[in-house]
Amino acid sequence: MFRFSEIKKSFLVALWLMFLTFPIMVIRVNTIYKTIEWRWERMFMVGIGAFFLSFLWRYLHKKKEAGEKKAEEAGTLPLAQRLIKNRQFSIPAAIGLGIFIIAFPFIFSMYQTNIMTTALIYVVVGLGLNIVVGLAGLLDLGYVAFYAVGAYSYALLNHHFGLGFWAALPIGATFAFLFGVILGFPVLRLRGDYLAIVTLGFGEIIRLILENWNAFSFGPSGIANIPRPGFFGMDLSLSQSITYVYFLMIGMAIFTIFVVKRLQDSRLGRAWIALREDEVACQAMGIDKTRTKLSAFALGATWAGIGGVVFAAKTTFINPASFTIWESIIILCIVVLGGMGSVLGVIFGALVLILLPEYLRAFSEYRMLIFGATLVTMMVFRPGGIITDVRKTYKFKGLKDKQPTV
Amino acid sequence: MLEVKNIQTYYGNIQAIKGISLEISEGEIITLIGANGAGKTTTLMSISGIVPPKFGDILFMGEPLQELSPNQIVALGISQVPEGRRIFPYLTVMENLDMGAFLRNDTDEIQKDLEYIFDLFPILAERRHQSGGTLSGGEQQMLAVARALMARPRLLLLDEPSLGLAPLIVKQIFKIIRKINQENKTTIFLVEQNANLALQVAHRGYVMENGRITLSDTSQNLLANEDVKKAYLGI
Ligand SMILES: Nc1ncnc2c1ncn2[C@@H]1O[C@H](COP(=O)(O)OP(=O)(O)O)[C@@H](O)[C@H]1O
Ligand SMILES: [Mg+2]
Repeated sequence: MFRFSEIKKSFLVALWLMFLTFPIMVIRVNTIYKTIEWRWERMFMVGIGAFFLSFLWRYLHKKKEAGEKKAEEAGTLPLAQRLIKNRQFSIPAAIGLGIFIIAFPFIFSMYQTNIMTTALIYVVVGLGLNIVVGLAGLLDLGYVAFYAVGAYSYALLNHHFGLGFWAALPIGATFAFLFGVILGFPVLRLRGDYLAIVTLGFGEIIRLILENWNAFSFGPSGIANIPRPGFFGMDLSLSQSITYVYFLMIGMAIFTIFVVKRLQDSRLGRAWIALREDEVACQAMGIDKTRTKLSAFALGATWAGIGGVVFAAKTTFINPASFTIWESIIILCIVVLGGMGSVLGVIFGALVLILLPEYLRAFSEYRMLIFGATLVTMMVFRPGGIITDVRKTYKFKGLKDKQPTV
Repeated sequence: MLEVKNIQTYYGNIQAIKGISLEISEGEIITLIGANGAGKTTTLMSISGIVPPKFGDILFMGEPLQELSPNQIVALGISQVPEGRRIFPYLTVMENLDMGAFLRNDTDEIQKDLEYIFDLFPILAERRHQSGGTLSGGEQQMLAVARALMARPRLLLLDEPSLGLAPLIVKQIFKIIRKINQENKTTIFLVEQNANLALQVAHRGYVMENGRITLSDTSQNLLANEDVKKAYLGI
C-alpha cells in the first residue's frame, strides 16, 4: 500500500488542498487594527491531515470495491433486504419500532418531537418526489413549487374564507395536482438535463410570484397565524397540539408509504419504470409517453401539496423564503441519498438529512461542512443510496450454464 | 393490409426517407433489406408512429395512421420489435411480457397468449422471474419478440432480429418467425441486413438504398437477381 505512486498521489492531494484552503485557513484580516495575520502553522496542519486522510480514503475505497466483488460472487442481497426478509429479526424490530414511534412524543421534549414531525413531512414529500425522480426518472428541480402551492392553498383559504385544516388538505393536494398537470404538460417533452433546468426555472418563478405579488400572497412578509390542525373542535394546548401533529404525520407517512407501494406495483408504476429505462420500447408497447410522465409528475406534486398544507399548519407561519431552490435540493438529496426508487431508502434519507443538521447544531459553523462531507462520502461509498432498490441490483446468475457464444 | 404511399420522414432537417411506397397483404411475410443507414429502421418507426412521416400516407386496414399517436397505432394491431431488442433490463421476464400486453384488459386471453408464448419459447418460461438484463442476447431477442406478441398484433414489425446473434440462435429465431406467421396468420414485416436469411423466410422483398426503394420482387427472384447477389448476398 505504501508504494511510491501512492505517496505521490497523497502528496499532490495535500498540496492541492493546502492551496485551496489557503484563503480561509491561513489569512485572517483584522479589520480593527487593519493588519493581516498569517497563520502558516494551519497550512501545515491541513497538508498533513489531507495527506493521511487521502491514504485512508483510498484504503476504504479499495476495501469497498473488494467487498462488492465478493457480494456479487456470493449472490447475497444487501444487508437491509436480508434483515427485512429474516422474520426472526423483522417482527420484533417492527414491534419495537412501533412502540418507539408511539412513545416518542412522551419520552422526548417538544423540541425533539417538532423536529421529528418536520422529518416526517420530508418523508412524505420525499416519497412523492421519489415517484417523479426515482420511478419515472424525471429530474425535477422545481419540486418545492408544489410544496409552496400546498402551503399557500391552506394559508390563503384560511385567511380569506376561514377554511380549516381538514378542508384545506384535499384542496391543497388537488391544487398541487393541477399545477403538476399544468406545469408538466409543456415541460415533459424535454428530457434529462433540459427538463431539470426548466423545472428549476418553474420553481423559481413560483417563488418569485409569491414574493412579488403582494396583493395575492402578502409578499415577503408572508402569512402568519395559520391555525394548527383541529381535533374535533377541541382546544389543544401547544404541547398537545405538537403531539397531535406528530401523530397526524405518522399516520400520513404510513398512508403515503402504503399508496406509493401500491402504485409501484401497479401497471402504471411498471410503466413509469419502463419509461425510465427505455422510451422507444415503451412507445412500441403502446404506452402513452406524455400521459404516463404527466401522471408521475402530477401524482408526485400531489404529495408535495399535502406536505405543504401540513407544513403551513405546523409552523403557523409561511413566507416565500421557505420555498427556495435549496428546499428542492434537500428533497432531491433525500431521494438520491436514500436510494432512488426505494421506499425504505427515502424514509432513511429523510431522517438522516433532516435530523443530522439539527443534531449537528452543536458544531455550529462547521455544520454545513460536515453535512457536505457526509453527502460526498455517502455517494462515493454507496452510490446507489443507503438502501438500494432491489430492482437495480440484479445479479448475473444463471449465465454460467449456457453457451458463451449466445 | 398495410399501404405505405410515398412517405418522407425527417430527423430534424435530415431527410432519412425520400419517398417510399410499399404494400403488405394479410398473412404475408415481407422483408425489407438494405445496408446500414439505408433507412430501414426509420421506415418501421414511421409505420409505428414513433417518428411520424412528414409527407405521404400510411393506411392500415384502410385507416390512415399518420394522425395517430404510437399507442393508438399499437391498439390497432401493429406491434414493433425495435432494433437492438430494447427489453427492459430491470424488469423481470414476466414483467417485460406484461408490458407487452399494456393496452389489453382481457385477462383470460392474456393468460392464453402467455401460455402460447411459453410454448414457443420454453427458455423464457424457465427464466420468467429473472430480470431481463441477465438474459443472453438470444434470449433477449426472444423476449423482445414475445413481448411484441403479447399485444396480439395483426402486423408484427421486426427490426433486425439477427443482429449480433450466433448463427444457430438466428436460425432458431427465424424458424419461430415462420411459425408465428403460419400458426397465427400474423402478418410480418421483417427488416434485415442478413438478406440471405430474410429472403429465405419471406414471400416478397423490398431493397432499400439511401432512403429509397430500388427493387421489389418475390423472394426467389431477388435471390436470383445479379445485383442483389453482388450487393447483399456476397456471392
Ligand atoms: N435519431 C436520428 N437522428 C438523426 N438522424 C438519424 C437518426 N436515426 C437515424 N438517422 C439517420 O437516418 C438514416 C437512416 O437510418 P436508419 O433508418 O437507422 O437506417 P438502417 O436502419 O437502415 O440502418 C441514416 O442516415 C441515419 O444516420
Ligand atoms: Mg436499422
